[in-house]
Amino acid sequence: MTGPDESRAPATGATQGTGAATTARSVLKVEDLAAGYGGGDVLRGVSLEVPEGGITCVVGPNGAGKSTLMASISGLLRPRLGSILLDGENLVGRSPRQILRLGVVQVPQNHSLFRDMTVRENVELGAYILADRAQTARRLTAVFDVFPQIADWAGQKAGSLSGGQQRLVEFARALMLEPRLLLLDEPSMGLAPKILRTVFGAIRQMNEAGTTILLVEQNARAGLRLSSHGVVMENGRVRLSGSGREVLENPEIGALYLGGAVSSG
Amino acid sequence: MTALLRTEGVHKSFGGVQALDECTVQIDEGTVAGLIGPNGSGKTTLFNVITGYAKADAGEVYLSGRKITNRAPDKVFALGIGRTFQLTRIFPSLTVMENMLVPCRGTRAADRKRAMEQLEFVGIAGYHAAQAGSLSYGQRKLLELAYVLVADPAIVLLDEPAGGVNLSLVNQIADRIRELNKAGKTFLIVEHNMEFVMGLCDQVTVLDSGTVVAAGPPDIVRTDRRVLDAYLGEDIGDDADPREGT
Repeated sequence: MTGPDESRAPATGATQGTGAATTARSVLKVEDLAAGYGGGDVLRGVSLEVPEGGITCVVGPNGAGKSTLMASISGLLRPRLGSILLDGENLVGRSPRQILRLGVVQVPQNHSLFRDMTVRENVELGAYILADRAQTARRLTAVFDVFPQIADWAGQKAGSLSGGQQRLVEFARALMLEPRLLLLDEPSMGLAPKILRTVFGAIRQMNEAGTTILLVEQNARAGLRLSSHGVVMENGRVRLSGSGREVLENPEIGALYLGGAVSSG
Repeated sequence: MTALLRTEGVHKSFGGVQALDECTVQIDEGTVAGLIGPNGSGKTTLFNVITGYAKADAGEVYLSGRKITNRAPDKVFALGIGRTFQLTRIFPSLTVMENMLVPCRGTRAADRKRAMEQLEFVGIAGYHAAQAGSLSYGQRKLLELAYVLVADPAIVLLDEPAGGVNLSLVNQIADRIRELNKAGKTFLIVEHNMEFVMGLCDQVTVLDSGTVVAAGPPDIVRTDRRVLDAYLGEDIGDDADPREGT
């Protein structure tokens, strides 16, 4: 499997609506998704694709629907309309546990380690649905291959690590199931800019090791630069998509954050 | 125009996090002012410092030139600063009218009359006898606006009045604010809905990491490079390295 691929999207700037054309096959296809929490739809017809082997970054202002999209994919929220296809199989209506077994693993926004347990114990918990201990041990070795720095902290209590280090351990825990698709919900939340480089570097490490990633990120510039594909959501819709760089350099992105004229939508 | 509300060099930290850093903001009398900024930029903390819900570590807050720094919330309210909260704080088991009478502590007929006028003004008078807990989220926002208004404050601070509210109610809230402003009321509004802010406010102040990075009319602020940087984040370049900085 290859790393980020920036050469596939149309050369003439970002497109509106559905995801940019790619030759890589898509791990995930979201089609016409409508979802909300009872008081009207937050997602109002979202369509996008997550190409295999890449990092797809979703950005957008507060209230755009980014976290709602993540919750819909991982099964925490049941969409009202539309479909979410993982390798052609519809996830809509399945439980979070079933979706996890199909290989979609989400790292939540807030810190979620057990502070009084060791780093190793926390990472092993990522494989809690595996019954086979030998398999768990093999996965742990593989994960430590991706993140050799974490092996050095294995015996420490998770609570003694810095915020950035804890994020890396959360990533490692998510890799224990060898996810088909890894969902990262605002991994930079609450971290100092210097630590951001560490966390983003770790995302790249996971991707280079073959993991397909869907990333929601509040730091739009850093997220898009890291990613092979970019999607800008606003007000429950996809407003721009293309390669990470195209979206990053599209002047309309500012207007989507700060209001004002956007050519269509 | 004269400053009705002014913060001067306000600092506030929570543990190691500097929420407000030398924060100086001025709201002129008779304006609808907006306070915007990315998540965690310090907007609600500034509201809390102004209204006495958080103590400033340093700096001052002035209302009409009078120092009101770190007064208790009820004192600040009595001095003429009314506020609403991001998540509405109503008494769900009281009726709408009973909620209205809490801030003026009133039971007199005149208080009820004034309360009813405010409910009519925001358009929920029909629910006056209903339990406040039965109101929709948007209607609760209107109730909060009404009961802040009943005390006739010099300035009204609104924390995300349009958040989670449907479009027709958003427009209704904006219309009420415009109408009150025409009659002389001053507003300071924290809001993420940019159309709402940019369409309603005369002046917009932008916070990033607890500091003012821009202030001015919406059209000027919207095109300000520093504002865009605040919202889109710092570009950390291509050399993200997981071995750094931990």
